[in-house]
Amino acid sequence: MNLFIDGLLWIFDPAHYGGTNGINTRTLEHLGISGAVLLIAIVIAVPLGYLIGHTGRGRGFIIALSGGVRALPTLGLIAVLGLSIGIGLDAPLIALVILAIPSVLAGAYSGFEAVDRRTIDAARAMGMTEWQIVRRVEIPLGLPLLIGGVRSAALQVIATATLADYIGGGGLGHYIFAGQQTGDYPQMLAGSILVVALALISEGLFGLLQRLVVPAGVSAGRPRNVRERSVRASAAVGS
Amino acid sequence: MTPYTKEISMFAAGRGRLVAVGAVVVGAAIALSGCASGDPLDEGSSSGETLIVGSQGYYSNEIIAEIYSQALEDGGYTIERNYQIGQREVYLPQLEDGKIDVFPEYIGGLDQALNSDAAGGTKEEVYADVEKVLPEGLTLLDTAEASDQDSWTVTEAFATKYKLTDIASLKNVTEPITVGGNAELETRPYGPTALKDKYGITIAGFKAVQDSGGPLTVKALVDNEIQLANIYTADPNIQTNKLVALDDPDGLFFPQNVVPVVSDKVDDKAKEILNAVNAKLTSSDLVGLNSESVNDKKSSEAIATAWLKKVGLVK
Repeated sequence: MNLFIDGLLWIFDPAHYGGTNGINTRTLEHLGISGAVLLIAIVIAVPLGYLIGHTGRGRGFIIALSGGVRALPTLGLIAVLGLSIGIGLDAPLIALVILAIPSVLAGAYSGFEAVDRRTIDAARAMGMTEWQIVRRVEIPLGLPLLIGGVRSAALQVIATATLADYIGGGGLGHYIFAGQQTGDYPQMLAGSILVVALALISEGLFGLLQRLVVPAGVSAGRPRNVRERSVRASAAVGS
Repeated sequence: MTPYTKEISMFAAGRGRLVAVGAVVVGAAIALSGCASGDPLDEGSSSGETLIVGSQGYYSNEIIAEIYSQALEDGGYTIERNYQIGQREVYLPQLEDGKIDVFPEYIGGLDQALNSDAAGGTKEEVYADVEKVLPEGLTLLDTAEASDQDSWTVTEAFATKYKLTDIASLKNVTEPITVGGNAELETRPYGPTALKDKYGITIAGFKAVQDSGGPLTVKALVDNEIQLANIYTADPNIQTNKLVALDDPDGLFFPQNVVPVVSDKVDDKAKEILNAVNAKLTSSDLVGLNSESVNDKKSSEAIATAWLKKVGLVK
């Protein structure tokens, strides 16, 4: 517990602000890396996930691939990439994007798949084109699940972005590495506490967003399960 | 198992146990007689006790430990190998408890671990300091010429361009210098601040490369992403990548000559063997040994055997 207090004191020590190693600088770097990684992952994974979700094709392959990629150890990936493209931000960015893609991808296609087939059939019967179905039905209805995917990707990325400083990428990982190597455990703990705080803030914001994006018509009537128990039970009664 | 054989085996179960007991007795007798006849080659051992040789979790240290082990075995001692015990914080207490008898150490690192006020200096000064603070029951043997110490290293091209020889000559450099290394390097007593305070060398920036002077650091140096790095002098990468470790005439870094630390269980004859090994171990030898591990991927066992034969300590 004392160590924990030391860690907190370290964070509130004004000497640890300002300059390249200041908490403000390192936190901004950390947020910058995480934000950039999430954006890139979204740009790559969302269209791909929507394509899979809408057509239903290539699902097995993509699930297997993204599941396999998830198992790649990020630190190893950073080291290997660093050896080929050099130190700096590039290698950690690529490694973290690879880490983030599977969650976002899963959020995107499962969002589409969760849309009740009858709703889509109804939209088609009303004369909507495929493009209109995607834009007006599948995307809005799938949005909460997509945000959920981005949310878990953000959590992983914020936690793992600590590895960026392994090859000079900066971020809050700096305190963890420096603290560990010099036996300065309050500093190490301070770095961890800051990362945890960022992760919690991100969780809170995405949780809020996830609620806000549920379309108005849906939030009133549907969500839990489209086909509740009643169908067969009411048939038996004969009503 | 058919029902028929099952019936038989049930019938035989009582006797089976007897047979099993008999087998154990016979086996034990054989094992015991094996013990009694002993190892006929074991007579040379003067202590009769097993010596435990340890090493750090650092490949180069393990090679030295293996050299010690094989040299002692050649002298008739029985050796138990306990290698790769991590960092000093982990193995020093074990040494103090007498759980390890022989350990290849580095004089400066040992001094800094035992004495928080260690002042550095020449090899002899540091040696004298360690002898003062070394826990009871442990003895320091002779240092080797071989050392594996921190250094400020640049590329050969950079050194030629600015005529760099020693650390102080870094003042000749007119372009901004970026230092790369572990995060700890920034705050070490020989780090960028010391360069500025002692030599007036301005460091433009610091890039973290947390692999302790490993392949990523070497690549960053070769790519000119960083210009100055902290690399161990016995690292074969210095040769293979045409790097130059700048001379350190003022003792900015602690001398890190190889020195065995031994327990009281190590007798005079064993001490002589270890001192004889250290007398032959030069810095270029150590670089060569490391290179056989890093570049030729040989086992520490094979490397140790070959070296002991080469210098004539083992026939």
